[in-house]
Amino acid sequence: MAIPATIRDDFPILRQRVNGKPLVYLDSAATSQKPRQVIDAIVRYYSEYNANIHRGVYSIAERATAEYEEARAKMARFLGAAEPAEVVFTRNVTEALNLVAHGWGRRHVGPGDEVLTTELEHHSDLVPWQMLVAERGARLRHIPFDDHGRLVLDDLDRLLTDRTRIVALAHVSNTFGTVTPVAQIAKAAHARGAVVVVDGAQSTPHRPVDVRALGIDFFGFTGHKMLGPMGTGGLWGRRALLEEMDPFEGGGEMISDVWLDRAEWNAVPWKFEAGTMNVGDTIALGVAVDYLQRLGMPAVQEHERAITHYAMAQLSEIPGLHLLGPGIEERGGVVSFWMDGIHPHDIAQVLDGEGICVRAGHHCAKPAHRKLGIGASARASFYVYTVREEIDALCRGLLKTRELFRVAG
Amino acid sequence: MSLDELYRDVILDHYSHPRNRGVAHPADATREGANPLCGDEIRVSLRVRDGIVEDVRFEGKGCSISQASASMMTEQIKGKPVAEANRLIAAFKGMMHTPPGTEPMDDLGDLVALSGVRKFPVRVKCATLSWITLEMALDELGYGDGGGPHVNRIR
Repeated sequence: MAIPATIRDDFPILRQRVNGKPLVYLDSAATSQKPRQVIDAIVRYYSEYNANIHRGVYSIAERATAEYEEARAKMARFLGAAEPAEVVFTRNVTEALNLVAHGWGRRHVGPGDEVLTTELEHHSDLVPWQMLVAERGARLRHIPFDDHGRLVLDDLDRLLTDRTRIVALAHVSNTFGTVTPVAQIAKAAHARGAVVVVDGAQSTPHRPVDVRALGIDFFGFTGHKMLGPMGTGGLWGRRALLEEMDPFEGGGEMISDVWLDRAEWNAVPWKFEAGTMNVGDTIALGVAVDYLQRLGMPAVQEHERAITHYAMAQLSEIPGLHLLGPGIEERGGVVSFWMDGIHPHDIAQVLDGEGICVRAGHHCAKPAHRKLGIGASARASFYVYTVREEIDALCRGLLKTRELFRVAG
Repeated sequence: MSLDELYRDVILDHYSHPRNRGVAHPADATREGANPLCGDEIRVSLRVRDGIVEDVRFEGKGCSISQASASMMTEQIKGKPVAEANRLIAAFKGMMHTPPGTEPMDDLGDLVALSGVRKFPVRVKCATLSWITLEMALDELGYGDGGGPHVNRIR
């Protein structure tokens, strides 16, 4: 089933004009826009049943608790988790990855051990591991990528050693759009006894994800990239691993009993959810999951594949434009590029004058850009509401940019 | 907001034909500046003789605003007394940090073309990067205005 043509009517923000032009939003890899259903869910929560959860015995608190836990169940089904208790809510994927680094890493990574990640990671999947290995006297190693932003697995057998405790990688690169061979790497990592942590920020919103089929141990997701509110996200983890992990933060709700000098932890997942959580927004994330389920994730993936294919073909026609990343078969809905003689910031600035939003910079993947020998790139990224006319507008804007900067050729 | 106010002809000219690119030989001081948010990098080197900035050059990569600003800066500073260089640094930074529409107080010559950048707040740090880097280089030589450490002033 295809994405209905009327889908844009669900997104109020897309109806406006910016700088006198219709808004063309091509930065969904940074954050997605929100459908009316999600916005309404936030308003409904605060208008009808705002109350603290897991505490009150009164009706609206019970409703808030039930809906919050229902959001967990929805997210668990969406990811293919064995049970809702395997989903821990966090502020975002960054917090999810830090939770693994603290809760599992500090307990299991020791001096001389190794953490293996890749050269194409977002800073959120690099810096927590840098901090962990620095603290524990361990070593960080990296799977390299090739000229097309694909991971090079030739040396995987040497990069994975008996000292490797954690393998952490993105499911889809936010810079190149590369879909990484997670299942293959996970199998090799498990053969060495390492746990596998996947940054699912750019995959969860855009393609069917089945964490158990991937054969991994931890999976971080972020709500605001998948039609949900900012400040929502979470960690899926195998129950046995979550059970043995230490809490990240201490406080209310994460305990089962407290004395003046000690405490006992609550059960999984609540032992990781200290203090009052972002209840209203998390319930709205559940509504975003409902929305995506109604569209069908295979349809979402197919829509993005078609748009990305079209964008790559159209952008290739622009003289002096260089696409980054792999071919369409190995790519999600992200197209980064650079242009001869025009800095990405200037590209984004001129496009903004046309009402077009693209990202310019290093996309929080500075080491990847450094390896390519470019300081920055421009990035267009797509979602369920992206239409071909927006790609055409992008291309017109880029031609105008060339004219303004009088690039010859 | 009109892009014409940002991308003035003189700016585009300096971007496509940068003046004083390279490294001063010999150089008394070389400083690097970077804008961590966008990845722009610049290196300013200079030589001072008898209180005169005999040579000043820049290298690096960045957007049209940061590159043009650096090029225009070297053109203005080269051959001038250090005191005049310091005056221009203060005047330029002062202009970039006053609201759009405010007329520059000091004589800035062609540099006034960069005043349009103020209407695009995220680009202001692109324009000031090379100036702050030059200021650090002059400080290193003991010619600064005594502003203390400048590391945190790149913003």
